[in-house]
Amino acid sequence: MERIPILKMGRYLLVTIQVDMHDRLALTLQDDLTERIVRDAAKAVLIDISALEMVDSFIGRTIANIAAMSSVLDAETVVVGMQPAVAITLVELGLPLKGVRTALSVEHGMAVLKARLLSDDERHGDATQ
Amino acid sequence: MATLHSEDQAIETSEDVVHVRQRVRARAVEIGLSLVDQTKLVTAASELARNALEHGGGGIARIEVVNDGHRRGIRLTVEDRGPGIADIQLALKDGYSSRGGLGLGLGGAKRLANEFDVQSRPGEGTTVTIARWR
Repeated sequence: MERIPILKMGRYLLVTIQVDMHDRLALTLQDDLTERIVRDAAKAVLIDISALEMVDSFIGRTIANIAAMSSVLDAETVVVGMQPAVAITLVELGLPLKGVRTALSVEHGMAVLKARLLSDDERHGDATQ
Repeated sequence: MATLHSEDQAIETSEDVVHVRQRVRARAVEIGLSLVDQTKLVTAASELARNALEHGGGGIARIEVVNDGHRRGIRLTVEDRGPGIADIQLALKDGYSSRGGLGLGLGGAKRLANEFDVQSRPGEGTTVTIARWR
């Protein structure tokens, strides 16, 4: 079955969407990611959509769902690399992806996630000392 | 209005929705639509193709390169043989969905196109036409 690969790097899960996703593929990614967050005890998910030339309401909703689900599972999601034309179109479509953390590049996205993990560790450290 | 090119794409599976997007993109690139306009048109095409698949049980998309004497454009007609839409004004409202979707499909496609027309009768299916001009 066709799948979008999910790479694990420490407590991070990395996804790069390189194909024009049909709806079932988007749903498979949603299922796979939530499962991997639990199985790998991941704390941070980075989704690179810089290769996506279009995000319609279904794909947009799936991205928002992934962010919401990972948050419930105590992981933070950052979506990076959205093309400007895609951003313009999404807002005009009526789907501004509220509640989804975004960053312009993979580098920025990793910085956001790293900061979140650091503050989590500090809090955890305080509680156990 | 003159039609310079016409092609049909069946919409039977979710892969076909992707095929509609790709064929609309190719024609939009060909007539020199800007990247933003391409993206808007392709996104609108995706919404309409999905509607035909989800609500109409499948259908057909006709992609045309047209010329109105002054400019070229892409016209997309998506036709299904589904149950039709009883209240088109209601169906165009954001957030209205008969099947638990986001309800952005029809209204969103209208906003993303320069021209929009929907013809539907209960029991006889739905035909939506959009156009985007260069």
